[in-house]
Amino acid sequence: MSAAIETPGVHVASSVRTDAPPAIVLDKVNKWYGAMHVLRDVDLQVALGERVVVCGPSGSGKSTMIRCINRLETHQEGHILVDGIELSDDLRALDAIRRDVGMVFQSFNLFPHLTILENCTLAPIWVRKMPKKHAEELAMEYLTRVRIPEQAKKYPGQLSGGQQQRVAIARALCMKPKIMLFDEPTSALDPEMIKEVLDTMVMLAAEGMTMICVTHEMGFARQVADRVVFMDRGEIVESGTPDAVFNDPKTERLKLFLSQILRGH
Amino acid sequence: MSDITANTPIHGSSAPRDAPMATTGPIAWLRANLFSGWLSTAVTLLLGYLIVRAVVGIVDWAFINAIWSVPLSPTGVAQTQVCRDLQGAGACWAVVTEKHRFMLFGTYPYEQHWRPAIVCLLFIGLYIVSAMRRFWNWTLVPIWIVTLTAIGILMWGGVLGLPYVPQERWGGLPITLILATFGLAFAFPLSILVALGRRSSLPAIKVLCVVYVELIRGVPLISLLFMASVMFPLFLPEGMNIDKLLRAQIAIILFAGAYLAEVVRGGLQALPKGQYEAADAMGLSYWQKTGLIILPQALRLVIPPLVNTFIGFFKDTSLVLIIGIFDLLTAGKTAIVEPAWQGFGVEVYVFVGLIYLCFCFAMSKYSQGLEAELNRHRRR
Repeated sequence: MSAAIETPGVHVASSVRTDAPPAIVLDKVNKWYGAMHVLRDVDLQVALGERVVVCGPSGSGKSTMIRCINRLETHQEGHILVDGIELSDDLRALDAIRRDVGMVFQSFNLFPHLTILENCTLAPIWVRKMPKKHAEELAMEYLTRVRIPEQAKKYPGQLSGGQQQRVAIARALCMKPKIMLFDEPTSALDPEMIKEVLDTMVMLAAEGMTMICVTHEMGFARQVADRVVFMDRGEIVESGTPDAVFNDPKTERLKLFLSQILRGH
Repeated sequence: MSDITANTPIHGSSAPRDAPMATTGPIAWLRANLFSGWLSTAVTLLLGYLIVRAVVGIVDWAFINAIWSVPLSPTGVAQTQVCRDLQGAGACWAVVTEKHRFMLFGTYPYEQHWRPAIVCLLFIGLYIVSAMRRFWNWTLVPIWIVTLTAIGILMWGGVLGLPYVPQERWGGLPITLILATFGLAFAFPLSILVALGRRSSLPAIKVLCVVYVELIRGVPLISLLFMASVMFPLFLPEGMNIDKLLRAQIAIILFAGAYLAEVVRGGLQALPKGQYEAADAMGLSYWQKTGLIILPQALRLVIPPLVNTFIGFFKDTSLVLIIGIFDLLTAGKTAIVEPAWQGFGVEVYVFVGLIYLCFCFAMSKYSQGLEAELNRHRRR
């Protein structure tokens, strides 16, 4: 991966829309697991079309933070606004948010008892109430975009990890989300499959999708991120452009983290 | 990394080979597994001898020396002396020939036996249709309603020119099939709701489900049946009476429901958390998530223990004998109370046992096929 840092791909042009209201606002968000304080006063604003990469050591709260955004985890203090709607116990608001926020997991989480096509059409049919035929056309379109239309009739267990993750991306896209969350999408993959998934994500970024991506793929961060956020022990420690964060770390914690990442690869 | 590359020959990477031959014919198999040494040969011969003796004995008893019918005395009493003279050397199948109608249909009026006979066939037809995946849609609902209505009309009568037969006179196989079918048809959905309730985030529902399961599981089925038959009527207002069979049926449903709920819960727990999260993240509602993602996977996982419990309950319906309901087993037992037939219990129990075996074996075979079929997606 160090090679990717030295020779990053062509940077994807920024599509940040500063004129529109922010897509996501986290305002002094706090969360505890029992006595453990896992998110501490997290403040983050993501503009429409902005691509944010979140990095940090394991246990730093980065996954917890993005899982709070579609309420797979609940926060105890502070406010989270997605697309102008505040996350609360109001289930109707939550449904509206989840319809517009796609998520890709580290472990893919495809539904093993459904075919690839059924995985992709399930939510459009049941949540968006789309006619089946229309949903299937849409699914085939996205499967073509992630370059696996020929696997549509297979079951997830018959695909490689990289293919499964691309299906997971297509499945999320079938809901035509406004925002995509990626929770370490390449961490469970064999090295030779990481690139195919990252390529898909770069393609998505180039289309102007608002994205928050938890990843350690520094090459990807440099290529697509408008902003890199570094988290440690539940706090946002530094944030800035990829260049500023990677080349000119201000804090000891970030310096330590970067040196470990580079040594690791 | 570099070490491995250095030691691995770059050239000569061979084409994929076939797996080595595993089988070498029946003779070689026999020699390797049964006659590999003197001890193994001795054990093989000894066991072979015992097996042959046992098979010959059973064939002698059940077929060669067996008596299939006995004459009736002028007063209509079976003359079973021939059977008694055998002194156990052969089976007296005459008891089955003579008494099979009583065993199958109990005390149901003799000239009306065609009605419970059709009921049994209707039940079997219902099982076969329900087992076919082709019918796994809404058409099954009217099929069940129509069949069960027909069964009710046939058993009770009182309409369409059929004489009325009170429930106290029903007996035999129809009772067993009624108890088992209604029992499992209601207990299974109940168990799914209870299993889901036990994992609910709403404390009241959760506590209710836990209490139900623990309470029902904590007492024997027999005591539940007693309660249903003796205690329950005491709580009913004067003059109101619920049919004894229905009370036993409810006890069986509640009992089976508690056991099945724990089996289903096992399946729910075996599913990775990611499946729930992926469904949530897509915006599926609770019931969509449960019906489309969770249950289809969880129930497939627990087909073996589920069918195990089904088979267990099919046989447990025979416990209703203690509250005086004439199911198949009780009818068989009663058939040999008559002095002429006393002492021929083995033949009767073999006959009744074979009927139970047919149903249970069919369930078992069907579930194996279903398991293979539904878990297709796990094959590579």
